[in-house]
Amino acid sequence: MITTGAASDSIHNKGYTHIFQIYTPASRYLTGALDMFKAADPNAKKVAIVYENSKFAKDVATAAKAYAEKNGFEVVLFEAYAPGTTDFSSFINKILAKKPDAIIGGGHFADGETFAKQLYEKKVDVKLVSLLVAPAVPEFAEIGDAALYVTGPSQWEPLAKYTRESAKALGIEWYGLSVEEFDKEYKEAYGYDPGYHAAGGYAAGLVLQKAIEDAGTLDTEEVKKALEKMDIMTFYGRIKFETGKYYGRQIGHEMVYLQWQKKDGKLVKEVVWPDAAKSSELVYPMTTKYGEEAKGKAKETAEEKQAQEKPKSTPGFEVALAIAGISVAYLLRRKL
Amino acid sequence: MIDVWVDSIIGGLLLGLVYGLAAIGLNLIWGVMKVINLSHGAFMALGMFVIYLLFTAFGIFPYFGLVIVIGLGLVLGMLTYFVALHRVIDAPELSTLLATFSVSLFIIGVGTFVFTTIPYAIDISLGSISFGNITILGTKVATGLISIAFTAILYVFLYKTRLGKAIRAVSMNRVAAELMGVNTTFILALSFGIGIALAMSAGALIATIFPFTILSGGVYELKSFVICVLGGLGSPLGALVGGIVLGMIENVVTLQIPTSYVPVIEFSILVLILLLKPSGLLGGKV
Repeated sequence: MITTGAASDSIHNKGYTHIFQIYTPASRYLTGALDMFKAADPNAKKVAIVYENSKFAKDVATAAKAYAEKNGFEVVLFEAYAPGTTDFSSFINKILAKKPDAIIGGGHFADGETFAKQLYEKKVDVKLVSLLVAPAVPEFAEIGDAALYVTGPSQWEPLAKYTRESAKALGIEWYGLSVEEFDKEYKEAYGYDPGYHAAGGYAAGLVLQKAIEDAGTLDTEEVKKALEKMDIMTFYGRIKFETGKYYGRQIGHEMVYLQWQKKDGKLVKEVVWPDAAKSSELVYPMTTKYGEEAKGKAKETAEEKQAQEKPKSTPGFEVALAIAGISVAYLLRRKL
Repeated sequence: MIDVWVDSIIGGLLLGLVYGLAAIGLNLIWGVMKVINLSHGAFMALGMFVIYLLFTAFGIFPYFGLVIVIGLGLVLGMLTYFVALHRVIDAPELSTLLATFSVSLFIIGVGTFVFTTIPYAIDISLGSISFGNITILGTKVATGLISIAFTAILYVFLYKTRLGKAIRAVSMNRVAAELMGVNTTFILALSFGIGIALAMSAGALIATIFPFTILSGGVYELKSFVICVLGGLGSPLGALVGGIVLGMIENVVTLQIPTSYVPVIEFSILVLILLLKPSGLLGGKV
């Protein structure tokens, strides 16, 4: 069985010998963020891990913590927040106190989005922010500049540049169609952009096909042997399975990391990691955006338009208070 | 480091004021009517969505919209009183508890149908002031100030006006107040209306700083209960103080301990106060 959509590690240490994983497992979900961080800034050491208190996010964060410590990072904050948290002030204050270089963690969409927004409101000075789930979702752009330069992992993005050349560079076989072909065919069939769920599902079929071709038979044990030996590059990335303690776990495929960047005044996702797949360079440190804002206000025409559509802010509140005060005073006088 | 503490204290204070405002509504209803209002959280969520709709659909700036929210809260509260509470007001407390709980289920049920449970947010900014690590958001300052203003207005209303005095009289002894010519039915309905208006406006204020769903009210309802007990049932000032204590715990104490311990601390306080000083820190009659 080729599983897709299942990112847990613990499926694979239960002694099942016919399950093969397509997704990068939870234990490696955020480790790439640390690799990316190290590559961007070899001197950065302090990492804060703030994650949602749910099974998946906790697995990811715990694995990331172990990986960080093994790779010489100092984890200055490791803390969970309750699912549904809307107020991150206490975490942000801790982050301000511990002064980490990077923040990684998150959980699901709503909390990740809120966390990113409040980090921005408080002008938290960190070099890299990498959150689970939220940055990969297109709606993340609705928080505007708060989304800018935030990074996050994704199993796959249409922008990922896995090619025959990248396969050759690694010295492994290329199999199946190219990223562009998959993207185009999928859009023709369903009318919208493929996400990583679709890509993972397709890759699962692709891998099984390749295994059957290699085995030359439909016999279960022969196909299993072919899967054990498999080490290929596809449009979805590299595919290789562990055959040891965590039998069938995916060890070839890497998460791609995307970053929200600005192109022609619009927020867009770009793949910035790993090198084999990137479509743009990582903007680092992310705090450059605070500086950009000060000088680059004139350029951001699109945003200005938006601001003009919104009702004018500050004086409204004072006037409202004054009116409320006067009317209350009037009512009270009449009643007395 | 010191700046982080200052930032936390200011943040806790401003947040606490809003919590206090939310609790005052609950407090008033309990104090005057002896009704534990389980629809408090649902009305807070309703306030959040009313302000959201006023802002997105009609472009009314949230702090203006607050006036509409209060008016609506007053009307809805009085309506709720006559529909759900009036006939059971003299029944044992369990009946009114169930009556308000059913109102809550009704609001959340319809709200879930209309808005689903996905999060909404009101995207406004009043700018911010920064000194080093200290960043104070304009929206939080505004909500804090409005909370103080509302509490002050309520205080003046309860202690200086005829109607307010009538409310306090009913809370002290309903029969005696009735004998003195106070229209107790109207006063009870009005108290419930004011309580709901306060709950809805607190919800509306919270909506301007945090994202929310139709289920968000529950969290604040629980906090309101703790605050009421902490500050003393029946005292508006006590509720504000209780709110600030809670805000401080959430923002300042968490600098030293994991944030997930906060509910443990909050509810330990609830139990301790109930055991040691049941009348609360500033307890007394309305």
